Amino acid sequence: MNRNFSTVAQRAPSALATNKVLRNTYMLLSMTLLFSGLTAAISMYMNMPPMTYLICVIGGMVLAMFVLPRFANSPAGIGIVFLVTGMLGFGLGPMLSMYASLPNGGNVITLALGGTGVIFLGLSAYVLATRKDFSFLGGFLMVGFLLVLMAAVANIFLAIPAMSLMISAVVILIMSGFILYDTSRIIHGGETNYVLATIGLYMTIFNIFISLLQILGIMGGDD
Amino acid sequence: MDWMKIFSALALIMFIVILFPRARDMMKNSPKGTSSDWMSFAIPVVMIVLFIMFLIQLV
Repeated sequence: MNRNFSTVAQRAPSALATNKVLRNTYMLLSMTLLFSGLTAAISMYMNMPPMTYLICVIGGMVLAMFVLPRFANSPAGIGIVFLVTGMLGFGLGPMLSMYASLPNGGNVITLALGGTGVIFLGLSAYVLATRKDFSFLGGFLMVGFLLVLMAAVANIFLAIPAMSLMISAVVILIMSGFILYDTSRIIHGGETNYVLATIGLYMTIFNIFISLLQILGIMGGDD
Repeated sequence: MDWMKIFSALALIMFIVILFPRARDMMKNSPKGTSSDWMSFAIPVVMIVLFIMFLIQLV
């Protein structure tokens, strides 16, 4: 009897801590997505050149990979998350302007945005409802992601539209796997830092949105 | 070949080099999934493929 009480007493704080990480992650994620939308709108308004995307993505990645982990446990980490997501949103501006100028562009952007939201919410709900442990996906997803990056390097020089479409489709599937993996890590206590959890989920949403935009742009005959 | 393509390729290659050790570690240390685990991954993936096909129909 005492052992049962002890088990409950040990599990309760752990579940509370997990819920807190999850709640903080979703709160910070929603704020950073709104902030990204704002910086993207500013970038569109300023009519930034296409190279802005490349500079912002490289800058954002360097900050996220090398600077953020050092400050993840301090309040400065939240500021860096906003800096990274703001930069990535700002980089999206020229791409969104290009799509918006196409005849069906508004529809493509709206569908990509809505589609990204449905995919993220659907997969998150799936993990939260089933509480399945997707830690077994880690190696598979990382290797898949590296292979896609190699294919992307090759396609920069080959410039094959069908390959570009294939890469975008595979990126969406791999990023979907990362949503399952990251959310599962949060609910099973594998990720206890909501700043790092937020940036991981933000990156997957960002990549799904860009890939969906590209697929819908090409398939809509507007690219 | 314009400099933006070269710069993009270099950035991607650098990214691959940085991620490679992490991918190797994750491959070695990831737990093995059972067929039921893989099935629980395959179901949402199939749903996403169908959803993307649906979105393409809407464009």
